[in-house]
Amino acid sequence: MLLDSGTSNLLSVQRALDHVGADVVIADQPSMLDDADRLILPGVGAFGHCVANLIENGLFDAVLDYARRERPLLGICVGMQMLFDGSEEFGWNDGLGLLPGRVQPIPMSGADGGRHKIPHIGWATLERSGPDWAGTFLEGFGRDRAVYFVHSFSARPEAVSDILAFADYDGIQLTAAVRRDNIMGTQFHPEKSGQAGLGILSRFLAM
Amino acid sequence: MAIALSNHKLTMPHLRLIARLDIKGANLIKGIQLEGVRKVGDPNTFAVQYYQEGVDEIVYMDAVASLYDRQSMMEIVRRTADSVFIPITVGGGMRSVDEARDMLRAGADKIAVNSAATLNPSLISAIAERFGSQCMVLQIDAKQRAAGRWEVYRDCGRERTGIDAVEWAMRGQELGAGEILLTSVDKEGMRRGFDVALVRAVSEAVSIPVIASGGMGKLEHLGEVVEAGRADAVAIAHVLHYGSLSLPQIRDWAGAAGLPVRAMA
Repeated sequence: MLLDSGTSNLLSVQRALDHVGADVVIADQPSMLDDADRLILPGVGAFGHCVANLIENGLFDAVLDYARRERPLLGICVGMQMLFDGSEEFGWNDGLGLLPGRVQPIPMSGADGGRHKIPHIGWATLERSGPDWAGTFLEGFGRDRAVYFVHSFSARPEAVSDILAFADYDGIQLTAAVRRDNIMGTQFHPEKSGQAGLGILSRFLAM
Repeated sequence: MAIALSNHKLTMPHLRLIARLDIKGANLIKGIQLEGVRKVGDPNTFAVQYYQEGVDEIVYMDAVASLYDRQSMMEIVRRTADSVFIPITVGGGMRSVDEARDMLRAGADKIAVNSAATLNPSLISAIAERFGSQCMVLQIDAKQRAAGRWEVYRDCGRERTGIDAVEWAMRGQELGAGEILLTSVDKEGMRRGFDVALVRAVSEAVSIPVIASGGMGKLEHLGEVVEAGRADAVAIAHVLHYGSLSLPQIRDWAGAAGLPVRAMA
């Protein structure tokens, strides 16, 4: 089930899910989440705007209820950022609070002090952070495969164990994928990352 | 937490190789200096082929942008988005938030805005606020007026605007553009290389990524515009559409030259 968060990448995610053979329902009402086996929360644009959209449609609490039932939830891009306590984008806005941590601006310069471009737009490989990917939605993901990012803000989880993968940007490690039990998220766009991204969506669907 | 924990290594962000497809009606065309048009074929066939060969993004540019062509472009985007799972940018004649919304619904990920924004700069903020800056690509078609000075043109390089290209890029960033698609009207379709000085001037003036467009004729041109021009991405048209260079060839050359292109697994 795909949550209609009023975001412009909703249909892109739907097309990618259709392509990998998922049976997709777009949920725009809280009651629709009652019988979802899996939930994907897409999001692009400003964090506060995305959260406000969820609240307005009564979906904010419905996502929290869904997450409590321990069924798989995948947030994509701002959808992943919304899993955290909140974001500093355009002033503080609370998120869903399913994962402890804050969303903060990507530092304006790289590890060598040189200025780099923001938003971070482009393809990057995934670096494993600590735990093995076995049993996660990144299981078997090749070290040389790249996925597509576009973001100016980045999640800083409080628990290192929640981080599945980093992406390197000028020597800075940005949170690329997170997981705690049934709560999952990708900062990158699997729906726009070619075969590599479609593979990740397939693995999520098989969980 | 965002600072390196282990295996810290300095790498440049990946340089994006973008296929630019200019469209007239139902056809992929190739112009020279944004005019003088030749039909090349079905855009979707080309887009799918480039996707399979590992292009990083697709840009569709409506060269005519009449109401009739807009419908045709939406149909092309819809077909492409069904089988091409990488970012798709659509531009050419975008005049309003509603037009942008329709194109995003058809399958575009980003909207490139040019002429309308030069006449009404608030369109940039309106699109950025509604859909996010990552959706809002400011397309700048520029022509050299003097050494180190370029003027913005609108309506496919036909109309002067009197606006300085570097200042316009900075203004666009302030208004919420997330990226700049920078085309040299002088170099477009000539296959003699990019306007490296223009790309560098704009890329150094803004903090958002700059896509260099117009002039790629051989592999060395790519190296020049990235290293001397500081392009964050390169839009390639002619040499791809006519098959004089292939994406694997470009990617292999770039990799060997030390340019940070995506490794194809």
